[in-house]
Amino acid sequence: MYNFGTIYETTSVEDALRLKKEHPQAHFLAGGSDILIKVREGKLAGCDVINIYNLDELRGICLEEDGSILIRPLTSFTDVAMHPIIKQYIPVLGEAVNQIGGPQVRNIGTIGGNICNGVTSADSATTLKAYDAMLEISSIDGTRVLPYGEFNLGPGKVDLREGELLCGIRIRKESYEKTYGHYIKYAMRRAMDIATLGCSVNVTLSEDKKTVTRLRIAFGVAAPIPIRSTTAEASANGHAVNEALLDLVSEGALADVNPRTSWRASKEFRMQLVKEMAKRATKAAIEKAGGTING
Amino acid sequence: MAKKDITCTVNGKVRTYSVDVRESLSDMLRGQAGLDSIKHGCDVGECGACTVLIDGKPFNSCIYMAIWAEGKEIITLEGLSDTKGALSDIQQAFIDEGAVQCGFCTPGFIMASIPIISSETESSREEIRRQISGNLCRCTGYENIVNAIEKTQKKRIAEKKSK
Repeated sequence: MYNFGTIYETTSVEDALRLKKEHPQAHFLAGGSDILIKVREGKLAGCDVINIYNLDELRGICLEEDGSILIRPLTSFTDVAMHPIIKQYIPVLGEAVNQIGGPQVRNIGTIGGNICNGVTSADSATTLKAYDAMLEISSIDGTRVLPYGEFNLGPGKVDLREGELLCGIRIRKESYEKTYGHYIKYAMRRAMDIATLGCSVNVTLSEDKKTVTRLRIAFGVAAPIPIRSTTAEASANGHAVNEALLDLVSEGALADVNPRTSWRASKEFRMQLVKEMAKRATKAAIEKAGGTING
Repeated sequence: MAKKDITCTVNGKVRTYSVDVRESLSDMLRGQAGLDSIKHGCDVGECGACTVLIDGKPFNSCIYMAIWAEGKEIITLEGLSDTKGALSDIQQAFIDEGAVQCGFCTPGFIMASIPIISSETESSREEIRRQISGNLCRCTGYENIVNAIEKTQKKRIAEKKSK
């Protein structure tokens, strides 16, 4: 039995938004793999929740007319990883969420919950940041669109204002077209573990595969929130595909990150991981794009 | 606290349970359906001892709200044996391979293994390990559990081919 205050049931998104306006203190309950645990631990004991897990209109992935990919927030990690659209256009996102927890957790956990929870270690966050995902956030008064890059305000804090619910995650065509990504999760175990560090890189190469036309790189657990390394990106864009590129990306990444010492790992170890994983993920992304280092 | 009627299919039979809306699925299935194969291990979705299949996929029933089960098809370990109580192949394989010691984790492991043993293609041992990575066992060292799953999968694939 969970120690909840009131559970508000919903039958539609509109219903959920109306309830959130009436009961701003209530938490939205999606897959529950964060909230239910916090209730058990006592941190959220007695809280009110608005149950949205049954709202199938918030579930699924589709390719829109303008070519953008719309991921609805209640889509489970398993469904993201298995979805043909994701496999075809952004396989790295499927590979990233496939490293969360174990099979049971991936069946219940939702991609929307993963990013709204706002932690820096969220495995979906780095790749969605690196692909410039756009968030569609609704309240009973309307919908606003926010770049995901501006969503995280601090550890566990996101830009969801009173009465708001994340209703869509959109990746635009120019963001995934001819783009190849790679995600590395460094953790102590190969399952059921939180990332010690996460790094997601994607690249677009020139026609002859010799030059980087666009590189985007994001880190989890390298700062209080998931971040992009703009220094690394600036030095990579337009650069030839060679060893020097990997060093530049790595140095740029080190300049932008700010990891902390936690019980999982020290700051120094995380800096070493940033240095090494930036190189490895960049190299892997380039290879997926058909490029060769020193080729 | 509010009560709600939940109608779902449990081990092939349509059932309606009157649940407290704060109950987990494991509370409902143990408390009302008497399905005691479901174990409350960690109660936070880490150990897998409460694993059941919901619409064919493994879920931790301790972190699944009973009210979410409306209209779902649920299978627990009890649903694997036939009507006379004879064990299924995977249960027998766990016994034959010595994959059971204290037995507390066993129902969860068996339920988590159902998608693997139902697979059309053979899985590597690494893939099997990955599929049971949401389940903890403190006795066996996992080796015999992987053996039991691997053996049952191979046997089922061979049976399908010979038909």
